[in-house]
Amino acid sequence: MINDSQYHSRSRIILIIFLGIGLVFLLRLFYIQIIDPNYKIFAENNSIRREVIFPPRGIIYDRKGKIMVRNETFYDVMVVPAKTENFDTSILCKTLELDEVEFKLNFQKLLGGNKFLPAAVVRQITQTQYGKFQERLFDFRGFFIQPRMARTYPIASASHLIGYLGEVNDDDIAANDYYKLGDFTGKSGLEKSYEKELRGTKGERKILVDVLNREQGRYLNGEQDVNSVAGKDLHTGIDLEFQQYAEKLMAGKRGSVVAIEPSTGEIIALVSTPDYDLNVLQGRNRAKNYRRLLLDPDKPLFNRAISAMYPPGSTLKPVEAILGLNDGIITKETVFNCPGGYRISASHTVGCHSPGSFNLHNGLKMSCNTYYCNVFKLMVDQGIYKNSAKGLDHWGDGLKLFGLGVKTGIDIPNERKGILPSSKLYNKYYGENRWHSSTIISLGIGQAEISITPLQLAIEAATIANRGYYIEPHIVNGVGIKDSVNKLPIKKISTGIPTEYFDFTAYAMQDVVEHGTAYFAKIPGIHFAGKTGTAENPHGDDHSIFIAFAPVDTPKIAFAIVIENAGFGGTWAAPMGSLLVEKYLTGKVIRPQWEQWILSNQYIKKAASKRKAQRAKDSINVLKRKGLLSPDFDENDKKDLHKEKSKNNKSPVQEAKIDYQAIEPKKRYLITKYKT
Amino acid sequence: MATRLLVDERKGVLTQIDSLSVLIWLALTTIGFFSIYSSEFGAGQESWFNLSTSHGKQIMNFGIGSILAIFVMLTDSRLIHTISYLLYALSIFLLIITLAIGKTVSGAKGWIDFGPMMLQTAEVAKLGTALALSRFLSGHEVNIGNKKDMFKAIGLIAFPLLLVLLQNDTGSALVFLSFFFVLYRMGLSGWFLVIPAWLGVLAIMVLVFDKISVLIAIGIIVALAYVFYARFFSKILPILALFIVFSAGVIFSVDYAINDILKDYQRERIEVLIGKKVDPKGVGYNVHQSLIAIGSGGLTGKGFLNGTQTKFKFVPEQSTDFIFCTIGEETGLLGSFIVVILYLTLIFRILVLAERQKFFYNKCYGYGIVAILFFHFTINIGMTLGLFPVIGIPLPFLSYGGSSYLMFTIMLFLMLKMDADNASY
Repeated sequence: MINDSQYHSRSRIILIIFLGIGLVFLLRLFYIQIIDPNYKIFAENNSIRREVIFPPRGIIYDRKGKIMVRNETFYDVMVVPAKTENFDTSILCKTLELDEVEFKLNFQKLLGGNKFLPAAVVRQITQTQYGKFQERLFDFRGFFIQPRMARTYPIASASHLIGYLGEVNDDDIAANDYYKLGDFTGKSGLEKSYEKELRGTKGERKILVDVLNREQGRYLNGEQDVNSVAGKDLHTGIDLEFQQYAEKLMAGKRGSVVAIEPSTGEIIALVSTPDYDLNVLQGRNRAKNYRRLLLDPDKPLFNRAISAMYPPGSTLKPVEAILGLNDGIITKETVFNCPGGYRISASHTVGCHSPGSFNLHNGLKMSCNTYYCNVFKLMVDQGIYKNSAKGLDHWGDGLKLFGLGVKTGIDIPNERKGILPSSKLYNKYYGENRWHSSTIISLGIGQAEISITPLQLAIEAATIANRGYYIEPHIVNGVGIKDSVNKLPIKKISTGIPTEYFDFTAYAMQDVVEHGTAYFAKIPGIHFAGKTGTAENPHGDDHSIFIAFAPVDTPKIAFAIVIENAGFGGTWAAPMGSLLVEKYLTGKVIRPQWEQWILSNQYIKKAASKRKAQRAKDSINVLKRKGLLSPDFDENDKKDLHKEKSKNNKSPVQEAKIDYQAIEPKKRYLITKYKT
Repeated sequence: MATRLLVDERKGVLTQIDSLSVLIWLALTTIGFFSIYSSEFGAGQESWFNLSTSHGKQIMNFGIGSILAIFVMLTDSRLIHTISYLLYALSIFLLIITLAIGKTVSGAKGWIDFGPMMLQTAEVAKLGTALALSRFLSGHEVNIGNKKDMFKAIGLIAFPLLLVLLQNDTGSALVFLSFFFVLYRMGLSGWFLVIPAWLGVLAIMVLVFDKISVLIAIGIIVALAYVFYARFFSKILPILALFIVFSAGVIFSVDYAINDILKDYQRERIEVLIGKKVDPKGVGYNVHQSLIAIGSGGLTGKGFLNGTQTKFKFVPEQSTDFIFCTIGEETGLLGSFIVVILYLTLIFRILVLAERQKFFYNKCYGYGIVAILFFHFTINIGMTLGLFPVIGIPLPFLSYGGSSYLMFTIMLFLMLKMDADNASY
């Protein structure tokens, strides 16, 4: 036995050990429960499932309040694999129009994963599928239908304006932590540029889940849930009816129409053809359809109205007239004699179509090339600077006042600036002081290196319509929900050139329509101003261009039309412009013959290939009927398709870009022929 | 006369029972009941009393426990003293027949099926061993300092320990080691505590660091000892030499012990504990989830029935071995503090009761149940806090489980009965 003092010291040691352990526990509890925050985060991740509440995306209205795009509820078929009981896959697949083998494979995969997590079987089923499936739902335990909001386009129109949505990519997620994988965002058009306004703000719902991820109710009875904020609506200046009419006229052609309300800068219509139906870029077949559109040789996804660039041709002449008057190098009375061409040297002449003596008014009316070559020569070689390099840059600066060769700031993405050749470019080609106006005379009549977008041409028309200024073009004029729509500010850009020069030019342009190159476009009872242009195109037929505004005194609309490879401006673009004026000002068209004429001119190549394909199909059918060909023969024989594709393989994007390096600089003016 | 005596004795039982211990027992039982209820809540469980549920059964356990407690209070503690060895023999018998006809629950063949109830025989053996050990130590002429007596005492402990180990119930087997505390208190050489402790420290150090660093550290300790105790160098030289040889032996045998003696899951649990292995989904899952549950409780907890981690079954074994998680999560630091303090108070109280016992037998028994309670408390809460490896033993009075609840209750009331009797002598 041990003695008393040892006995007591041992009691003390035991006591100390007990107290020590107790203290360690209390400190450890204090540390993990109060100091270390990680366990609270782990606990949330464990037991709280955050469900995103997607807000409805904003609606887009036209100027009359018609809905251009809205949201509709679509239905996804979901399944909780653990809750399924034996079901008939063949009936399921038949009702939902699924591939049975594929479905079985996918379902096997789902059974291998977390069986309590709902997974999508099919996204966005049709109304009929919904009806059929709903009726049989009791046969399929564990399956349910989940509603989801998606875009729908009541009128298959204005695709380039509205733009399409797509799932966010890695860059979007990296750039903005608002987005999570699988979210949708605007990929083009207004959907892209007004993404922030349209999308609203996502909300969040916290759901309690157990260790098997089964729902167990709301976290804190929903106290911490965040409601979503609905996206804002966009109110645009688009006249949907007019837009559709313009689209109808442009059907089957490549090109674009841009119409602006001069006084406000609002875009009334913006057409780029060929276009596409936005409904196909939405839902089950999006990826397939998108690929098809992307591979289409006519580039339907390319917004020609703001991204394609063409030489403006004679539509540049009104601007040059105003700039010439403003510089004082010509007056309204200045007369140039046209011998049927502008002689540059003994061997080279710029052709002109109607010889005679013209003053400024008639020179514009008849679109005399000689007259404007002279004006260009005066501006560049003499003018204020008496130096070709400075003179050319001064000419370019003048063009920029009309929105040509500058970004106009329209509120949809991918606008191109256009190309205004500067003295630098020619100094590089020819060497400093080794070129004059005569070297680059084609520029004077809007050909060769200069490239302008259809939108910029419309701005030019609007500037003349306004007699000296334009408003920065915009599609959206108000953003907001119902009663609280915020009007967006407008930005006025003035040329600083006296009004009288514009007045003079405007009336000369009226004469263009009534007695000049665009006399096809004349409308009885309506006075409007216009100017035709024909853009030479080294890759194919000329582009037909027309700019106009109407009525001439109190302009309500200014627009530009470009029809690719259609020929003279006066023949195609001008009559179409006339129809547009009539439609916009009177609301109807009473000249069906002209409408027929425009509509009959479908984009020829496409039509031809279609006809050819139809012929091939017909002959195959005939052979089949006669029993010379097996009924299983594939009509879309790959060989034929391949042939058609290679024929249409010319990219409009390539055509729109003038590749000046492809043309030998010194020979460029030679290709300038009789063109207005 | 005889009747009066009996009445007096009865009166004595009611007035002299240690009310603090009884109150803590009731408090822990109540906390246990609500914690078990809460850990079952949410899985379609709404009724308060349903014998098919764990909390319902725990109420029944409480009822049976109370009856047994009263029964214990009505017996004479001297009788217990008399039948100590008999009870020990009975529990050994139970352990042996368990090996033959026992039921296997979660890997351990430790239960005997009595129809409505399953008895975990290791729990009975704890009581039997405590009684037999007390009887042995309180015997005349018994001196634990005497090697022969020491081996006898160790043998009393080792026999049931080995049988429980054979049942494959390592956790319960380890509980028997807690009796060394009693032996220490009664005069066993301190080396029996110091050497295993140092062994443990060395083993952990070898696992966390490497052999060479540990050897260097030991070298430094020896050097320091030499510097400070240079005067007594000749005196401490044998101790130092023994120390170095022992430590080096441990260091080089840890690998063998870890790899060849321990089972795979045991080794992994130790590796997870010391942070050598990070495996929150596998072996570390229990502890990781337990820490999340307790850690997310914060200061005041998430509220009764609102513990997401325990209610939604993220923590395994939460009504039995991991019951402390429910308390930590739903009542936070405050509740956990209270429970820890309740246990410490109970343990200290019994310690006080043990000290004041006149009979050496009672004293030894008191120390025995203090040691068992303390061991369960330390290992169980330490495990849920990630301080000890996962060893599946229940938290006394709190964890769901009939055998452990009843045996702890009997154990406690036997002590209270002894104390009450002690006062009346």
